[in-house]
Amino acid sequence: MVKVLSHLDWLESEAIHIMREVAGQCSNPVLLFSGGKDSLCLLRIAEKAFRPGRFPFPLMHVDTGHNYPEVIEFRDRKVAELGERLIVASVEESMSKGTVVLNSPNEPRNKYQSITLLEAIEENIFDCCIGGARRDEEKARAKERIMSFRDEFGQWDPKNQRPELWDLYNARVHKGENIRAFPISNWTEMDVWQYIARENLELPNIYFAHQRDIIKRNGSIVPVTEFTPARSDEKIENLTVRFRTVGDITCTAPVLSSADTVEKIILETASTIISERGETRLDDQMSEAAMEQRKKEGYF
Amino acid sequence: MANKTNDTVLRFMTCGSVDDGKSTLIGRMLFDTKTILTDTLNQIEKTSKKRGMTAVDLSLITDGLQAEREQGITIDVAYRYFSTGTRKYIIADAPGHEQYTRNMVTAASTAECAIILIDARKGILTQTKRHTYLSTLVGIKHILVAINKMDLIDFDEEQYKHIQDDYLTFFEAIKDQKTQVDFVPMSALEGDMIVERGNRLSWYNGPTLLEYLENLDVSDKNSMQELRLPVQFVCRPQESSNKALHDFRGFMGRIESGTLKVNDKIKVLPSGHHSEIKDMRIGDDFIQEGITDQSVTITLKDEIDISRGDMIVHEGDNIASTKDLTAMVCWLSETPLTVNRTYLMMHTARSSKAKITQIKHKIDVNTLREEFADKLNVNDIAEISFKLAQPLVIDTYEKNRVTGAFILVDESSLHTVAAGMVKSIDS
Repeated sequence: MVKVLSHLDWLESEAIHIMREVAGQCSNPVLLFSGGKDSLCLLRIAEKAFRPGRFPFPLMHVDTGHNYPEVIEFRDRKVAELGERLIVASVEESMSKGTVVLNSPNEPRNKYQSITLLEAIEENIFDCCIGGARRDEEKARAKERIMSFRDEFGQWDPKNQRPELWDLYNARVHKGENIRAFPISNWTEMDVWQYIARENLELPNIYFAHQRDIIKRNGSIVPVTEFTPARSDEKIENLTVRFRTVGDITCTAPVLSSADTVEKIILETASTIISERGETRLDDQMSEAAMEQRKKEGYF
Repeated sequence: MANKTNDTVLRFMTCGSVDDGKSTLIGRMLFDTKTILTDTLNQIEKTSKKRGMTAVDLSLITDGLQAEREQGITIDVAYRYFSTGTRKYIIADAPGHEQYTRNMVTAASTAECAIILIDARKGILTQTKRHTYLSTLVGIKHILVAINKMDLIDFDEEQYKHIQDDYLTFFEAIKDQKTQVDFVPMSALEGDMIVERGNRLSWYNGPTLLEYLENLDVSDKNSMQELRLPVQFVCRPQESSNKALHDFRGFMGRIESGTLKVNDKIKVLPSGHHSEIKDMRIGDDFIQEGITDQSVTITLKDEIDISRGDMIVHEGDNIASTKDLTAMVCWLSETPLTVNRTYLMMHTARSSKAKITQIKHKIDVNTLREEFADKLNVNDIAEISFKLAQPLVIDTYEKNRVTGAFILVDESSLHTVAAGMVKSIDS
């Protein structure tokens, strides 16, 4: 009887293969690490791909300055545990340099991450960024290659993508161009949680149910923070919530949930009726093509 | 093992055009397996209304890029996912028109099964033949012919059988012995025989589309039993503070076919050096045996020179590296092939410069006739002989879909310009 890999083993093996191709083909890659669950899966895959050696790339976080302190603390602890190198590319630094100009002081900074990312790519001469994007997240992502070509302005041209056949990845670029490599392209949100459970991965605690001051605004739950204060007519409630995605405070909303373990989150994910981005990413709700537009401009 | 398909991955592609109901079929599969979530459905409802439709148009689920929505067509392959508890499915949703032949070849390259849609009112069309030929060309061993829109012909069994006979007659002409062909009647629009049986096709006793997928045995996807382990990366952590690692040399790659055990005698190609497997691991976990598709790290009992691109095979294997080969090539680039140019051939983890020695003929994908050709344009498929600068360890594509496949890269633009499937090794 022919032995066949289980779906998690297959996905893991594919992701390891992709990371090793990046390491084998690219001269100066970097792994984008935010402290979020998808990038934590990437770190575990990098360990399986390259240990007992060190990772053949540094880690990089594009920090908007609007992150939950627990997540930043977690990020730094995780990097220290792994003994790898972390580069922090700061949106606030781009603001002080004048390359990021906010429209208004309280404008969400998420989309400006693209500018800071491109600056960091140029400064460090990276030819490939490994990211944790998944094709099930969003319809523009569903069309993106595993190794996705970006021109010297970091732009994605969805109508002119390099063909990608079998597992033969072409990561070749000219100077100034770069590749975005997505090893967990074929994973769903459920696969990610099942992998976290199987590998016993530690996560920032805001992924699990906790008490938090929130306000209900336009059908979304908005956490009350110094960057997202309550308006005078709004009622602050203290409820049990958790985050499904973790990113910039101003565009990531928690969900009502009492799931305080990975197992309970898996049960909730199996029965959820709203998609991950639809529920918790305020920036994707703006228009039908919001993500496609951002990606064309150099976003992850 | 209770169920041979339990908890595995199955990759399939759907071929057809919007007119055949392909998008509706995918929408129906995702809807009936409860994969579509409320916010996506709300968005589709809104768009359906905006476009003046009375019912929710499930085909909108497969809408992707802005340009596709504007033009109402599919340009590129989209990947979609659903899971049944039995299997995780990856759908490659390929556009069906002739000008997108290259996208269909792309989708087919990773698929184990093709669902070919036929409009029951129209029967076999030129595109049905093209989709079938391309599926077999790219080595798909299971074709499910989905005869759709049965609701529009009153679920007529005679008509269904007629189309089935027509298809089989045409399929014989391809002379493909390896592909298993099955048929299912369905109405994607109304949901008959996709996930639910419905009650209007009672004369049909075969499986629904989903039952077919759930029970499909693809453990034979790589018929080759011989070990092929291309080395992707060599791990030498000399700088590590851990002294035990100073002499560590790990060879990292994915087992593309066969199995590998600790203590197995191996040889490395093209050098021909021999050794034995000392240990094998995935991350920190040591394993005794690695199987096909598994990404592993191995160490050897002897110190021999191995670098990225080398191929590890069992000692007794008589495969050798080659510099001459003939392959079926699909031209993917808008820039035509220039016969005198040198291209870069990427094969497993190794590359070589490649020259074209002869275009034997090209294939008319609609009639399957062989034609003379002295150049190739986008979407052309041709049989071509190559001469390589560096030897590659190659199997025929028929034997091995990984070690028999390559892509060509234009060394100036660095774009991927062609996909190749090795037909014969010529030296």
